[in-house]
Amino acid sequence: MRAHVLIRPKAGILDPQGEAVQRALPALGFAGVTNVHVGRLVELDVEEPAQLESMCERLLANPLVEDYEIVLAG
Amino acid sequence: MSEDPGVATAGSATASGIASAQQPTLEDALALGLTRAEYELVCEKQGGAPNQVELAMYSLLWSEHCAYKHSKKLLRTLPTEGPHVVMGPGENAGAVDVGNGQVCAFKVESHNHPSAVEPFQGAATGVGGILRDIFAIGARPIAVLDSLRFGEPCAGTTGDGDDAPQSTPNTRARYLLDGAVQGIGHYGNSIGVPTIGGEVYFEGPYEQNCLVNAMALGLGEREKLVRSAAAGPGNVLVLFGARTGRDGIGGASVLASAELGETGGDEDKRPTVQVGDPFEEKKLLECSLELLERGLIVALQDLGAAGLTSSAAEMASKGEVGIDLDVARIPLREPDMEPFEVMVSESQERMLCVVEPQNVEAVRALCEKWEVNSAAIGTVTATGRMRVFDGTKLVGDMPVRALVDDCPLYDLAPEKPAAAIYPPPSATLAVEASPREALLALLAAPNIASRRPLFEQYDAIVQSRTVRRPEQADAAVLALEDGSALAVSIDCNGRRVAADPYRGTIEAALECAANLACVGAEPLGTTNNLNFGNPEKGHIAWQLTESVRGLGDACRALEAPIVGGNVSLYNEGQTAGPIYPTPVVGMVGRLPDVGRAGRLGFARAGDVVALVGPFAPSLAASELAKLRGEPLPDGLPELALDEAIAAQAVVREAVRSGACASAHDIAEGGLAVALAECCLAGGLGADVTFGELFAGADPHEALFGESPGGFVLSGAPDALRELADAASRTGVVLAPIGTVSGGALRIDFGDRSLAATLEELTNAHTSLSELFL
Amino acid sequence: MKFGVLRFPGSCDEVDALGAARRVADAELLWHGDSDLKGADAIVVPGGFSYGDYLRAGAIARFAPVMESVIDFAEDGGLVLGICNGFQVLCEARLLPGALLVNANRRFTFRQVELEVLNSGGSFTRGCSIGERLSIPAKHSWGRYHADGETLAAMDRAGQIVLRYAQGENFNGSVHEIAGVSNERGNVFGLMPHPEHAVDELMGGSTDGLKIFESMRLTVEGAHV
Repeated sequence: MRAHVLIRPKAGILDPQGEAVQRALPALGFAGVTNVHVGRLVELDVEEPAQLESMCERLLANPLVEDYEIVLAG
Repeated sequence: MSEDPGVATAGSATASGIASAQQPTLEDALALGLTRAEYELVCEKQGGAPNQVELAMYSLLWSEHCAYKHSKKLLRTLPTEGPHVVMGPGENAGAVDVGNGQVCAFKVESHNHPSAVEPFQGAATGVGGILRDIFAIGARPIAVLDSLRFGEPCAGTTGDGDDAPQSTPNTRARYLLDGAVQGIGHYGNSIGVPTIGGEVYFEGPYEQNCLVNAMALGLGEREKLVRSAAAGPGNVLVLFGARTGRDGIGGASVLASAELGETGGDEDKRPTVQVGDPFEEKKLLECSLELLERGLIVALQDLGAAGLTSSAAEMASKGEVGIDLDVARIPLREPDMEPFEVMVSESQERMLCVVEPQNVEAVRALCEKWEVNSAAIGTVTATGRMRVFDGTKLVGDMPVRALVDDCPLYDLAPEKPAAAIYPPPSATLAVEASPREALLALLAAPNIASRRPLFEQYDAIVQSRTVRRPEQADAAVLALEDGSALAVSIDCNGRRVAADPYRGTIEAALECAANLACVGAEPLGTTNNLNFGNPEKGHIAWQLTESVRGLGDACRALEAPIVGGNVSLYNEGQTAGPIYPTPVVGMVGRLPDVGRAGRLGFARAGDVVALVGPFAPSLAASELAKLRGEPLPDGLPELALDEAIAAQAVVREAVRSGACASAHDIAEGGLAVALAECCLAGGLGADVTFGELFAGADPHEALFGESPGGFVLSGAPDALRELADAASRTGVVLAPIGTVSGGALRIDFGDRSLAATLEELTNAHTSLSELFL
Repeated sequence: MKFGVLRFPGSCDEVDALGAARRVADAELLWHGDSDLKGADAIVVPGGFSYGDYLRAGAIARFAPVMESVIDFAEDGGLVLGICNGFQVLCEARLLPGALLVNANRRFTFRQVELEVLNSGGSFTRGCSIGERLSIPAKHSWGRYHADGETLAAMDRAGQIVLRYAQGENFNGSVHEIAGVSNERGNVFGLMPHPEHAVDELMGGSTDGLKIFESMRLTVEGAHV
């Protein structure tokens, strides 16, 4: 099973990369963009999708400062 | 592995006769950059039309980049021998003796074209490549310096009358600068090699062709240096490092076989950009050094431009042997790579070594320890031929001599240009500007302002050898174990070389040596990267010829022979014309007592400030002339070469003896800027008077004129008096011009004066920070 | 007394840390793949880019065999110093509270910084006085310390905030200017600046970093008395 794990900075924590992107877009002519955050994507083929949460907690994300979202692609 | 499929017999000089699925034509050869005549010569050497693999390999090895077709004859005129030289040009890097059985290996290389496409990766892989050249000869890399050139960060000025000129940011130049600096930092910092110095210039002619040159130094043991000549028929070739992908293939894609139709025909599959991984290289470095330490390998070569093709061919050529190579054994990153792709791939972080058969297992085990891929991919033969196999199938067969040594070399047809080649720079300072305004404008100018926003992105101290960090002295200083130290500088003012290729190049070498003198070091050897336009054009050929002549004369006079270097030609924009001729010079020296390494900042209130050496300031091709928008002059004033060298000796001795508290050479912006830089570095002001020395001179010329050979020293009054006496005995003038004092720089010239507080000087000097927000 | 300095693939400043440690006691490099701490009395987790900073700085190194032993060692009260990447590893391993995030300016920055000692007398700042300034170089791109409000309050109460950047020196945006923290027990300490690069006047003029190594030696030798 193919899984995509999206990892993003927790709300409320300064995200300077997101801010930099948000500042750069208008300069290229794109208006009306807000709430930009930059995170990480981990893609993997897993035999036991039930293990994904544990993988995230232990390695793929740092739960202290990151939220993660597991998307199964079937 | 070297089974003969029966199509060609080893040693036969007749056609390899190995047809490939897609037999290339003359058109393909031309598309790959060979000339018709070169293609015909290849056919002659091969005894028939080359096949796909063969043509790919010839086109790379016979490219300007690998074969130095237009520069090799010129380079042979350079001085390459000297008492300190241990390894001269021709190996992966040069090396000079630094005492105690140790050598310092060093070299500079360019990565100009890739950096213009993708500055981060271009610069990063440039650093990766030069580092591999250092550890390929068995030296541990200990430092990197970068030499960069971009277009002006502000494009043109608008605004009229009394309004302050508004300039529009040049986003492309800033993007390239930012990317390159981040790339260099990323690679050097991650691999644990400090970036200890460098230079950056901003000039219109580099707008379309930026320059990214990287210099590296390493330390090794003289007895343990390894050369790259493959030797010992029967020995095994082992490729180790990263897997091989399609990086850098780009241009060779014209050779792709039609069968790739369903996945291929897609430019994305054959990227022209190489992507570097410093972590992989760190492992590769440690693995290589341990292999050498354990005496497990016979020869070592890194894979750089033209990948496996050039490494294997050059190893074979130097050793006068042959090589049989099997692409099917090479660990690949991508599926379905064709043999020619494997041979021309520029995937980074790979090395090739020659190993005696009984050591192959130990080599592979060591690679495994360092988590580095390895594979035995070929053998050294006595055939003198490069034979490429795909499993048992022979897919390419070429004489090594033809590949490496028989590439035609061309004579240049130099022609001094009758008219100006370069447009004058845009004016950003009115001619009527006062000396004070001119000083502040110069300190804020991109070519002079503090480089702190750049060098703070580099780790300058890892490995714990750095004694002088950027902006502390005119050269970087690295401590050696015995209490002595190495000093390094990299320099070139392309605009001045454009004004006068011969004298401008001598100035670049003198600048390096002057910087070394300011920390108390004596030059040991030189490396150079010649960055020029299209040498097939008469005026560029003239620039190149005159520049190499100047470089040779300078290095002979300075007794700092060339131990290696690089040439980058064809740096011309479609519409904007050639870059300024830019012969970047890197010089390494040694000082006996690290505790006496010189500094550039004024140290104590009350110290005397003195001018040392020849002083004949001229505004020709100066930074002030540039700010005023003046066109380049035709020629630079004559150089007092012997006097400049004599002054260097005086300064060097003064620093070594501890007689002076600071030493700084006079360069861009002239004396006033040099004084300001000493004030800024020391956090102290100075009161200076231009007395008789400057009688009758135009104030702007005296203040901001640039001519090589002069220095600003400071020190205790007694010490400087003694220095003056000693100097005069060698014909060098040391003239006191002021005192370190207060919180402002004040210069009296005739009946006028200029003054600027340290705060005002600082505000001007920190103008580059806005480029890195 | 012997320091054990860990070496991961990608460590850069481990040799520098080894050199610094050797100025006050014996020291040896400990390979990441080997769980034997070789009788080290104190552990140093050095700076660099272990595993290329892949995924997150320190995220992979924390699982190295040697780290299992270091975690046991710390739980038994052994002294563990984490420098820069080492600090990141210790946070990932949950031996220290909080996390290190990308610098506020998003750039790798190298600067000599002034630090203030907020808590002295502990195993790592013995001999420093409160408010004392230490001049130590910092060089990193992921050094912004972060912990939530509750954690910070608890750390504050327990005296775990050991070093902070002096006014104007906090270039990475660390919360409360935090430069170095310890665990509750006080035997594990992490800081982003590099004390091993402030041990020789010749190399930048400050030997303030030596105080940390010296402090560890005194603690270990005191414990043996």
